[in-house]
Amino acid sequence: MNKNIDTKKIIISNPLKLDCGKEINNFPIAYETYGELNSEKSNAILVFHALTGDQYVSGKNPITNKDGWWSYVVGENKPIDTNKFFVICANVIGGCMGSYGPSTINESTGKQIGTDFPIITINDMVNAQYELIKYLEIEKLFAVVGGSMGGMQVLQFVANFPDKAKLAIPIACTSSHSAQNIAFNELGRQAIMADSKWENGFYSDYKLNPDKGLAVARMAAHITYLSEKGLQEKFGRKLQDRDSLRYGFEADFQIESYLRYQGSVFVDRFDANSYLYITRAMDYFDLSKQYKGNLSDAFKETKTKFFVISFTSDWLYPTSENREIVIALNSIGADVGFVEIESDKGHDSFLLDVPSFLKTLGDYINSTYKVINERRI
Amino acid sequence: MKEEFNIISNLIEENTRVLDVGCGNGDLMKFLQENKTKDIRGLEISKEKVQNCLSKGLTVIEGNAESDLKQFPKSSFDYVILSQTLQAFLNPELVINELLKVGKKVIVTIPNFGYWRVRLQLLFKGTMPVTENLPHEWYNTPNLHMCTIKDFYNFCSSKNIKIFKSIALKKSRISEINKSNLNYKNLDSHLGIFLIES
Repeated sequence: MNKNIDTKKIIISNPLKLDCGKEINNFPIAYETYGELNSEKSNAILVFHALTGDQYVSGKNPITNKDGWWSYVVGENKPIDTNKFFVICANVIGGCMGSYGPSTINESTGKQIGTDFPIITINDMVNAQYELIKYLEIEKLFAVVGGSMGGMQVLQFVANFPDKAKLAIPIACTSSHSAQNIAFNELGRQAIMADSKWENGFYSDYKLNPDKGLAVARMAAHITYLSEKGLQEKFGRKLQDRDSLRYGFEADFQIESYLRYQGSVFVDRFDANSYLYITRAMDYFDLSKQYKGNLSDAFKETKTKFFVISFTSDWLYPTSENREIVIALNSIGADVGFVEIESDKGHDSFLLDVPSFLKTLGDYINSTYKVINERRI
Repeated sequence: MKEEFNIISNLIEENTRVLDVGCGNGDLMKFLQENKTKDIRGLEISKEKVQNCLSKGLTVIEGNAESDLKQFPKSSFDYVILSQTLQAFLNPELVINELLKVGKKVIVTIPNFGYWRVRLQLLFKGTMPVTENLPHEWYNTPNLHMCTIKDFYNFCSSKNIKIFKSIALKKSRISEINKSNLNYKNLDSHLGIFLIES
């Protein structure tokens, strides 16, 4: 949301034809890199962020002043060790951290683009980020990695560019958004659009912000990122700063207070229109449909090695949906490993301190990097 | 263990495509990777063991042979290995059929319940056998369908499964099994190793 921060960005001059039919050009992609690219350019990892993520994977996020969203995974001596790997992460188009999105200023009017911004898809996001890889002159990435919507981008990236990554790690994701996924996203969008300050998406023209609607959207979504067990253990029926019920609609319960807090901090860093556009892109994601109903066909051109990871308590992108990706890959004899990690932390597990996940991911990436390098020698 | 790995490795041609079903911590996969072929996958039901394998960079899928072998196309591997796991399945016959579909050739090794040390325990002690190779008690054994070398040999002939090679192992002594020495090998070996094809 904060436009004054100096983000690293490039302007993509090549026209990009979007799935909706429109074409965009001279648009910005904001990105961040960590670590050093080696002389053979063989240690680059492209990380894709999830719905509300951004390019600040590791270190301090200069906008929120909090740790980067994947600090448990990416950094010095972390599973994706930036002493060893060159990590790249770009803000998706449609986002609000410097890449081309609804809050980008239209130079001819001096106003935010708002809902005049075209509908974008996961495919469009990936194609835009590929321009960044070309700009960085990286012929072949060592790995593409991402969780949730980041995982969808991993799948789409390999389908679009079958010989541009040696390793692909989609985590806690799906190859096609389910009815339940769409339903929750629609709930969030309706909350935003029902806010009278939304003004059909042109709120910035009136110096307004549909923050109430966006906060409700975030609260509802946040529930889907957790597990019932996790919620019960953390909050149960515990009361917030009081000993008895107040017989009113204040936040009596800790869980209410927690969700309100999550909603309120979110609106400070995220644009409501971006939330609409990105959730729409997720809903439109159906990789097998792009290949006439056969998901395997999305990967039949590729020699990329896959490692699919799911979590036991993730009911948003459950193991069964992750397994479908594994099955599609197996049915064409692709090189795929898979594990379901035990965790009570729900869909959010991939962002959190889940030791067996972090260890397996780190060990796998490092030993695969070693094997691939040895083979080359 | 080492002898079994060597025998399996000797049955496999170089640079072929191999699937190890019930690959455990990936010891056999690692051994074959170093000695025979880089193109090797594993299937394992235990999360912890799958994680151990993946940590070593081995390509392993968490899954159950009884339900998850179906996803592999027919004859997609040159060899499918099932090492000392057949007895632990609910439906070993189904698993053998699945293995024969997925693999051009299948290597099955079975702890021999016909080994004389096993027989003696039941005969003289009157208790379920507990040996070095079968270390569990009756109440905690994962082994649901124990069989003997002779049982498996007869199973293959009755189901028209071709046996290319059958090898008996006693300690580190290796010998071939054939129709005429079957009864003796069934008594004197702790492990049977079969290379079969449908």
